[in-house]
Amino acid sequence: MEKQAKRKVKLNKILSYGAFVGPALLFFILVQIIPFFMGVYYSFTSWNGVSSAVEWVGLENYITVFTDDAKFFNSFLFTTKFMLAAVLISNVIGFGLALILNAALKTKNILRTVFFIPNVIGGLLLGFIWQFIFVKGFASIGNMTDIGFFKLPWLGDETTAFWGIVIVFAWQISGYMMVIYIAALQGVDTSLLEAAKMDGATNWDVLTKIMIPLILPAFTICFFLTISMAFKIFDLNLSLTGGGPFNSTESVAINIYQEAFMNNRYGLGTAKSILFFIVVALFTTFQVMFTKKREVEA
Amino acid sequence: MKKNYSKRTFLLEIFAIMLGLIFLVPFYFVFINSVKGFSEILIDAAALPKEVLFSNYAKVWEVISFQDAFLNSLIITVLSIAGIVVISSMAAWKMVRTPGKLSKFLFIFFVSAMVIPFQTVMIPLMKLGGMLGIMNSIPGIVIMYFGFGVSLSLFLYHGFVKTIPQEIEESARVDGCSQFGVFWRIVFPLLKPITVTVIILNTLWIWNDYLLPLLVLQDAELRTIPLATSSFFAQYTKQWDMGLAALVLGIAPVIVFFLFLQKHIIKGIAAGSIK
Repeated sequence: MEKQAKRKVKLNKILSYGAFVGPALLFFILVQIIPFFMGVYYSFTSWNGVSSAVEWVGLENYITVFTDDAKFFNSFLFTTKFMLAAVLISNVIGFGLALILNAALKTKNILRTVFFIPNVIGGLLLGFIWQFIFVKGFASIGNMTDIGFFKLPWLGDETTAFWGIVIVFAWQISGYMMVIYIAALQGVDTSLLEAAKMDGATNWDVLTKIMIPLILPAFTICFFLTISMAFKIFDLNLSLTGGGPFNSTESVAINIYQEAFMNNRYGLGTAKSILFFIVVALFTTFQVMFTKKREVEA
Repeated sequence: MKKNYSKRTFLLEIFAIMLGLIFLVPFYFVFINSVKGFSEILIDAAALPKEVLFSNYAKVWEVISFQDAFLNSLIITVLSIAGIVVISSMAAWKMVRTPGKLSKFLFIFFVSAMVIPFQTVMIPLMKLGGMLGIMNSIPGIVIMYFGFGVSLSLFLYHGFVKTIPQEIEESARVDGCSQFGVFWRIVFPLLKPITVTVIILNTLWIWNDYLLPLLVLQDAELRTIPLATSSFFAQYTKQWDMGLAALVLGIAPVIVFFLFLQKHIIKGIAAGSIK
């Protein structure tokens, strides 16, 4: 009798675990895990997305990517360079804004809202907005002020188009980073800073030797977020430059999309997407480990 | 402890306000040109309009069938978020309250998927969606958002549940409350702060998402705001008079949403980033 009762209790526990965790697990596996493993399989095939015959080709797709796909290589180069520039600039601006707004300004709440606004706009619309600014807005400012910066052939030239996308990305993301940095700065014990000043530390010392080490966890998060956002850039440059001029701003995400859905080479597209996954995963994991190691317990 | 408002702070304030104005310049350009005629835009994009025209808005409203796009975006976002909140809060609570190897494994399983870029799963997902017959439908895309949203949301709930004391739940159990009763009547209301964060982060993502709707929703009637905007620009290149009106219409809903809830949103973003 008792055994049966125990078994019933155990069964009930399993059922209730399934009822609570099951739905999340089901959708998660269906949408992310199964497609992920299907992708691994398809990357070894010549699948074209239409025909039902899927032929196993071994490593052929991977070999093609590495030996015979200059376009993909270029998009990887663009994405990596863009990631480095974008991460650096948006974190410098975000952290700078946080330092300014951490002071006792009267307008700090309004300003926080102002700097954050670009974030709520999606990448696609943002790209179109900035296309107009670069082409028409900058030209008008250039005519008015005669400043060379505004008269550059924005979006028309490989170098300026690159920096154009960096500018737009930084405009969008810095406010987000600012919010995270402000939250971290507010967690710093001010008595610590005052004590240091009393001992004769300069502002610069306080910033670099006390503040920054104390809020390193925020840097870990901000770098993680910006790296993964910059790596996956798609709609922003799609609508801003369309990948041009001369494919110079085509990101890996755009390249994969086109390989699969425009060229109908699904097998090759999945092989690229698996490589993309490996790079993003390695990069973000490595970065988190690297900055985490430097964090101190407050 | 507040320091005096020194001259230095004042100068810093002026500097910060100037930076803020520079940040807002793009909005100025988009807005003032959206009420100009086409030739006036070409002459000088920086000048204020000579006469304010709203005809651009009327025209583009029809061309992109704005109200349909708005409704589609709204329905998809609301349904997706409702589902994400329900499934991830339930799962996170149960996993925290049932410590053990299984829960630990599942937690890592859910969370580690955050490093998978969308591009890695999108191609086979379209095939799977076709096999399941959920392509080109709003319920289909909503299900997909459940699956993509669950990782981060569950992670946030998981961290928050750990801070809730268990005693109340136990006494409710003793009083004969069922598991679901305990969760929905006692635990879920306590999760409100993190639920706000989950809703905000997912709203900004799903409302603005372009690629998944592009792949899943082929019918023109199912278009969301980003899809309608991009098909407008594909059709009417350089028609900036209407184009800018389309952009203002497109960004207005989410900016209004933000301005009304900005306090919660900024707090929620901070809470969502720092565990």
